Amino acid sequence: MQTENAYKKLSDLLEERTGQVLVANRHWRVEMALKPIMRENSIPDINTLTAILDGDSNSNLAKQCVEAMINNETCFFRDQANFALLTGPIFDSMREHRSQSKRLRIWSSACSTGQEAYSLAMSLSENRDKWRDWNIQIMATDVSTSALEQARAGRYSQFEIQRGLPVTMMLKYFTQDGEEWVANPSLSKMINFAEHNMLKPGHHMGQFDIILCRNMLMYLCDEKRKLALEQLNGSLAPDGILMLGAAETVIGQTEKFRSSTEFRGFYEKSDRPTAESMFARRASA
Amino acid sequence: MKNCLIVDDSKVIRKVARHILETMEFNVSEAADGQEALEHCNDNSPDVILLDWNMPIMSGMDFLKAYRAAAASSAKVIFCTTENGIGHIQAAIAAGADEYVMKPFDRETLEAKLQIVGCI
Repeated sequence: MQTENAYKKLSDLLEERTGQVLVANRHWRVEMALKPIMRENSIPDINTLTAILDGDSNSNLAKQCVEAMINNETCFFRDQANFALLTGPIFDSMREHRSQSKRLRIWSSACSTGQEAYSLAMSLSENRDKWRDWNIQIMATDVSTSALEQARAGRYSQFEIQRGLPVTMMLKYFTQDGEEWVANPSLSKMINFAEHNMLKPGHHMGQFDIILCRNMLMYLCDEKRKLALEQLNGSLAPDGILMLGAAETVIGQTEKFRSSTEFRGFYEKSDRPTAESMFARRASA
Repeated sequence: MKNCLIVDDSKVIRKVARHILETMEFNVSEAADGQEALEHCNDNSPDVILLDWNMPIMSGMDFLKAYRAAAASSAKVIFCTTENGIGHIQAAIAAGADEYVMKPFDRETLEAKLQIVGCI
């Protein structure tokens, strides 16, 4: 019972800071994640830890615990088939729609340790000629300071670097440094990393043509998920595209988005005019 | 069902890789060194070969060179090795490897590499 209370306190702390909910089947993972922190601070068990946190929830220890409890699981080119659809036909469609402004803004909104943002940068670099003279911004944000530190450094362990990344791209875009691999500066400079919590109002970063928000909504409670979808809606261009994780959907979650009429598995704003309605409008004018 | 040949002198590694691949519905064969793998490829046409580097009798690199020199060598080759230096990786790609996995690896890493080479 005492341990259950401890998990409840940790869950409340995590939800307050990030909006994420700690479901019971993640308890074992949380205990694993917190063990190094407890060892480092000579804290014998999880009940003692929460007792200390009760006394000072703004401490560095609380921040460390929150960081450890966030699920930073990610990999390069995650969900390969969908990612290929994004960087193939969807990028092509955006290139056509933005051919006047030649400006493209992409937001990796729960970027974790950066693999998603680097995958975007590599995909664009692979088609450098297509994007010549374009102003492309990749914004990558996360709530975790430590994850962002790694993302900014572009430094990955042997285990991390080979998860999803083709070996030819690894050799082309990363340099080996001992047991780690570091993103080449030409790649890093394509991405702006920033700490950002989309559930905290008042920090608007402008509109994006493509937003990736993968495997984040699934950890939020209904109320926070609705809020996140509101924020994503406000940040997406009227004809923009939203990409969620393979196990996530907007169906039944919000009226603001619907499944993309063009790209299966992707989402668009509900009030985006469809090709048919544009044609009908033009015909009646 | 696609055919995968695991070439590794470690019985444990072969067993682990077999388990992972069978859950992905591969038909799995095994060889304990490069020579045995070449003999297997004379009579069979695997779709993908998971290849260790350091093995007795014939190394993974010697196998790869001999295999790629043969007329019917269409299998995708994924090196799975503890050799993690850039020199080894570059040499493997130059010799005709399609992918490279540094041990230790997990199911997700192997699955992604198999997707990259078009075997799943």
